[in-house]
Amino acid sequence: MLERFNVVNRLEEDPALLLTRLDTALNLARANSVWYLLLGLACCSIELMQTGGPRADLDRFGSLFRATPRQSDLLIVAGTVTYKMAPRLRRLYDQMADPKYVIAMGSCANCGGLFNLSYSVVKGVDLILPVDVYLPGCPPRPEALTEALIKIQEKIKKEKYLLKKD
Amino acid sequence: MMPGDGRDPGITDKFATQEMVLNMGPHHPSTHGVLRFILQTDGEMIVHVTPDIGFLHRGLEKIAELVPYQSFMPFTDRIDYLASLNCNLGYAVTVEKLAGIEVPEKAEYLRVIGAELTRMASHFIGFGALLLDLGAVTPFVHALRERERYNDLIEKLCGARLTHNYVRIGGVSHDIPSGFKEETMRYIDHLEYEFIKEFNDLASFNSILINRLKNVGVISREQAVEYTLTGPNLRGSGVSYDTRKDDTYSIYDRFDFDIPVGKGMFGTVGDSYDRYWARIEEITQSCRIIRQALNQIPDKGEIRTKLPKAFKVPEGEAYVRTECPRGQLGFYLISDGGKSPARLKIKTGSFSAMTIIELISHGVMVADLVAIIGSLDVIAPEIDR
Amino acid sequence: MKTSELIAKIKEKLDKDALEITETPFDDILIEINKDEIISVMETLKNDPELKFDSLLNQLGVDHKERFSVIYNLFSFSLDRKITVKAYLDRENPEISSIESVFRGINWFERETFDLLGIMFTGHSNLQRLLLPADWEGYPLRKDYAFPDQYHGIDNRARSNFK
Repeated sequence: MLERFNVVNRLEEDPALLLTRLDTALNLARANSVWYLLLGLACCSIELMQTGGPRADLDRFGSLFRATPRQSDLLIVAGTVTYKMAPRLRRLYDQMADPKYVIAMGSCANCGGLFNLSYSVVKGVDLILPVDVYLPGCPPRPEALTEALIKIQEKIKKEKYLLKKD
Repeated sequence: MMPGDGRDPGITDKFATQEMVLNMGPHHPSTHGVLRFILQTDGEMIVHVTPDIGFLHRGLEKIAELVPYQSFMPFTDRIDYLASLNCNLGYAVTVEKLAGIEVPEKAEYLRVIGAELTRMASHFIGFGALLLDLGAVTPFVHALRERERYNDLIEKLCGARLTHNYVRIGGVSHDIPSGFKEETMRYIDHLEYEFIKEFNDLASFNSILINRLKNVGVISREQAVEYTLTGPNLRGSGVSYDTRKDDTYSIYDRFDFDIPVGKGMFGTVGDSYDRYWARIEEITQSCRIIRQALNQIPDKGEIRTKLPKAFKVPEGEAYVRTECPRGQLGFYLISDGGKSPARLKIKTGSFSAMTIIELISHGVMVADLVAIIGSLDVIAPEIDR
Repeated sequence: MKTSELIAKIKEKLDKDALEITETPFDDILIEINKDEIISVMETLKNDPELKFDSLLNQLGVDHKERFSVIYNLFSFSLDRKITVKAYLDRENPEISSIESVFRGINWFERETFDLLGIMFTGHSNLQRLLLPADWEGYPLRKDYAFPDQYHGIDNRARSNFK
């Protein structure tokens, strides 16, 4: 396990000493505690609830739901976004603290989905927010949402954000 | 000034208070969906509530005029996503009535079994969400566990967990798989004889729940009829009316079941506890219907009548009402002989339930407003369509 | 009671208010009235002790291409029957009196019909848009409605090729 996280172990010399890069250690901690905002708009929110429920448990990955954007890292847009809701959604995203990630869950959030014929539906949430992971399905199964969360975790583990950018 | 209403008569008489305007915004930690309430409060007491809706308005009625009749079936799933089979059934019954299509026997039994299973699953989230809003997290997870078993069953039947799209105009889409009857029997035996008793011991007779729900949001019989409440909300106020018995459709007249009516178990008739208890009792009645249907279903038979490729409905108008878990779902269909409806109006039970919140929430506390909204079991897509 | 008996009874109560009372297929009754008589017809249907149609189930507006119509569905618990009342309005200036004084629960139904079809209900206490944002232009359920290409800078064109 230690090799996967690029951790060098000097167990022969001193059992209490582990060497690693600071980025790796920080990313390991951040990836295993991604707290998501409870934003259930429509049918996908029921699958989101059941993913956090007893069978496919998101809690074992360290993810909890938070009711306020100030305490969350991840915004899962679950459901159809309409024009009346769009300014509120943008405001919620702006209220989250950096670094933040967005999963577009379901067809309606990816591209408007079933409701492309409608006059009052935003055809894809990426017209309003920057999206990291697109998750297809109508609604996606709990296993699919778990995979999307794992992809976010992999993305976090590759980040280097302690380096000064020129 | 009565003792227990939260005001100390000695102190507040001397203060001049001012009303404040609070926003219970479209994003809030409750499972009823995107609803917004603008509250005018005097301290903790509410003076006036204005609901603001439309955050999930997807224009289903306009889409119905643009797509053919059979293609509209997946959209009816999304009218009430927790009870999709019942909404599918309502739309299919309306079109079949206007076009004069006969549905085979086996398909009718499959429709009833699916609809009653979905009714129970919707009530799990209905009263589970009420308890979650009041602060009890554990019973909600118990209800979700039962709903997961329902998801497995319905996935065996039609392939989808949530938005089923199982009913077709003229029948259903898939036949009964092997082993389904025995598994469903085991499930409803577990629900009727084990789960309900366990849930009642855990939550329903808990003194905190009773104190939070009794005498809160009392809707009298006259108010319920005037504001067109339907479903468990109407039955909780003492009116014994169920569309499955009184305006029967499909084959519901072959089954024997009761209609639970609110009797003021712990408070006045028509309070929040009565509406909550009506949903608990309906689970037992749905189990009875499913048991009878599973015993009567024919082994062999067609499951779908063949329709012509370019299916057209003759001219006419029809208004058909069916019983969904959240109220009565009415489809008013006007056809001009073409491939799509000329006008389809969807009338849902939650729409009327939202109109009565303004009336019954004068002088309650903000926490009681949450209990009232939860006991009426409203859901956003039914209101906005 | 049988439908023909009920039609005869309604005919004598409504007298000259109703233009035409017919029995539609599926055992239903359709009453067509002039739009100016709507309040008196509704009061008679609700308050008469033999009819008692005191539950207003549904209200909708329809756009036939040359004119509009407004349809009401009423239900009576004592008779266990439902009936339909229809009134036609003209295309250029669709307006009809609001029946909020008779049925309090029709408030939101009339707001929704105004929002989606543009029919004015005179005498309504709060006739504003209900489902669409407050600055939306146009009435979507009309047959000649053109979908907007964008809303406040967000692109509204369809992303699929469904025909």
